[in-house]
Amino acid sequence: MAYSDKVIDHYENPRNVGSLDKDSENVGTGMVGAPACGDVMRLQIQVNDAGIIEDAKFKTYGCGSAIASSSLLTEWVRGKTLDEAAEIKNTEIAEELALPPVKIHCSVLAEDAIKAAITDYKSKHGEAEEEQAKSA
Amino acid sequence: MKTPIYMDYSATTPVDPRVAEVMCKYLSYDDGLYGNPASRSHEFGWKTEAAVDEARKNVAALVNADAKEIVWTSGATESDNLAIKGVAHFYQKKGKHIITCKTEHKAVLDTCRQLEREGFEVTYLDPEPSGLVDHKKLEAAMRDDTILVSIMHVNNEIGVIQDISAIGEMCRERKIMFHVDAAQSAGKVPIDLKEMKVDLMSFSAHKIYGPKGIGALYVRRKPRARIEAQMHGGGHERGMRSGTLPTHQIVGMGEAFRIAKEEMATENERVRVLRDRLWNGITDMEEVYLNGDMEQRVPHNLNVSFNYVEGESLIMAIRDLAVSSGSACTSASLEPSYVLRALGRNDELAHSSIRFSIGRFTTEEEVDYAVKLLHDKIGKLRELSPLWEMYKDGIDLNSIQWAAH
Repeated sequence: MAYSDKVIDHYENPRNVGSLDKDSENVGTGMVGAPACGDVMRLQIQVNDAGIIEDAKFKTYGCGSAIASSSLLTEWVRGKTLDEAAEIKNTEIAEELALPPVKIHCSVLAEDAIKAAITDYKSKHGEAEEEQAKSA
Repeated sequence: MKTPIYMDYSATTPVDPRVAEVMCKYLSYDDGLYGNPASRSHEFGWKTEAAVDEARKNVAALVNADAKEIVWTSGATESDNLAIKGVAHFYQKKGKHIITCKTEHKAVLDTCRQLEREGFEVTYLDPEPSGLVDHKKLEAAMRDDTILVSIMHVNNEIGVIQDISAIGEMCRERKIMFHVDAAQSAGKVPIDLKEMKVDLMSFSAHKIYGPKGIGALYVRRKPRARIEAQMHGGGHERGMRSGTLPTHQIVGMGEAFRIAKEEMATENERVRVLRDRLWNGITDMEEVYLNGDMEQRVPHNLNVSFNYVEGESLIMAIRDLAVSSGSACTSASLEPSYVLRALGRNDELAHSSIRFSIGRFTTEEEVDYAVKLLHDKIGKLRELSPLWEMYKDGIDLNSIQWAAH
C-alpha cells in the first residue's frame, strides 16, 4: 500500500512519543483498541489550571496510519481547551493524512483516544459526574 | 548492493536469465517457433509440439514421474481447482466427503468451500502448533465415503514440510484419492512420485525461477486417477484441460524445472546457510518467536513474530526489505494470518509476524544488511509501543480488558 507523504513523515518522525505520569492529577490517559485487532493507542494529556492542554504524549502499537494518526493528534490537541480537543473529528485526521478507506479506522481510534483521555481527566476532577448530573 | 532487497521468494521469484533466454525464442517471427503445438499439418506445429514434449519431460523428471502424467495449467491455483473439483465431480457417486487442513492455501480452501455449496462435506483439520498434520487425527477423520484428501507439501507462510509419503500410504490403503499442492516444494524438497503414493500434485513455475501464468497438474496413471475436466474446448491435454498451449511459458517452466533438478542440492545448502545467518542474527533480540517447525522446514523460509511490534508498521519501517506480513493487513482484510491462528498463536504474535523468504540471488551482504536494519527498527518501534512498555513493567496483557473494535 502506498502511504501519503504526511503519514510517512509522522511515522518516520513521530511527534511527542512517550509517557506522562498517569497517576498525576493533571494527566488524563486514554487507551483504546486491542492487541487482537492489531491496534492499541495510548494518548495522555496534561492539563493546566486554566483548562488548557499543555502537553500530550502517545504510544501506539499498530500500522503506520495508526501511528501517524496519534502523532498528529498530539500536535493538534496541544494548546487547546478540553472542549476544543473533544471536538476533533476523525474525518479531519483522515483528511489531513489522506488515509485510504481501509485505514479510516485508525483515525476513529485516535478520536476515541482523545475522548477517553478527556473523560479520564474529568473523572479525576469529578466533572464527569457533574456533567452526567447536568444532562440528566 | 541494490535496495530494496528482495526477500519474498515464496511470493514469486525472478525468472532465471537462462529461462528467459529460452522463452524468447518461442515468441516472434524470426525464430519460426511460434506455431500452435496442436497444429499437426505443418512444421511450425511439429517444432513447438516437440518443445512442449521436451518441457513435459523436464517437469516430470524433477519429480520422477512419467511425462504422460503432466497436464499443463495456468498455475498452481488452477491445478488445485482442477484436482479437487475434478476428483469430487468424478467420484461423487462413491462418496462426498473431503479432508483438508486449515493451513492450506486459499486455492484449496476456497475450492473446498465451493464444493460444500455443491453438497459435498469437508473436514478441515487443525494442524499441530508446529504446523504439521497429526496423522492420527487425519486417520480419525477418514470415513467410508471419503473420496479425497488434499494436504499441501510445503506451507507457503511458514515453510513446514508435511510427511507426504506417510499420508500417501494412509490414503492408498483406504483407496482415497490424495492431492498434494506442491507449489512451494518443487525444486526445494526431493519429490519421487514413483515412491510417494500421491495421485495428484499441483505445480507452479514462478516459484522456482520460471514465468508466471504457467503450472502443471500431475495426474497418476498407475493406479489411474480420474478427474472431470473443468475447462472444456479443443480437448487438449487428453481432454483434461482444453486451451491452446502457451509454448513460451511451457518451455520456460521446463527449463526452470531442468535447472532445479540439476542445482537443487547445492542451492539448498547455500540458501540454508544464509537463512540460518539471518535467524542467528535476530534471535539475540528479546521476544522473537519462530513460527513453524525449524527442522521440518524448507531452507529458504523464515517466519518470525516480533512480539509487541505490529507487522504492518514493521514492514513499513523496513521498506528496504521486500518481505511479507503474516498478517493480511496489507490486503485490506485487517485479519491476522489464518495460518498462524490455526497453529494456536495468540493475536499479538499473529499480528507481529514477518515472512522472510530468500533464494537464488540472495547474498550474504543482503542478509547482514537485513539483520542490522531489523535491530534498528524493532528497537524504534518498541519504544513507540504501549504493549512493550507494559511488558517491560511486568503487566500481563491478558489481564487487561481490551475494548475490541
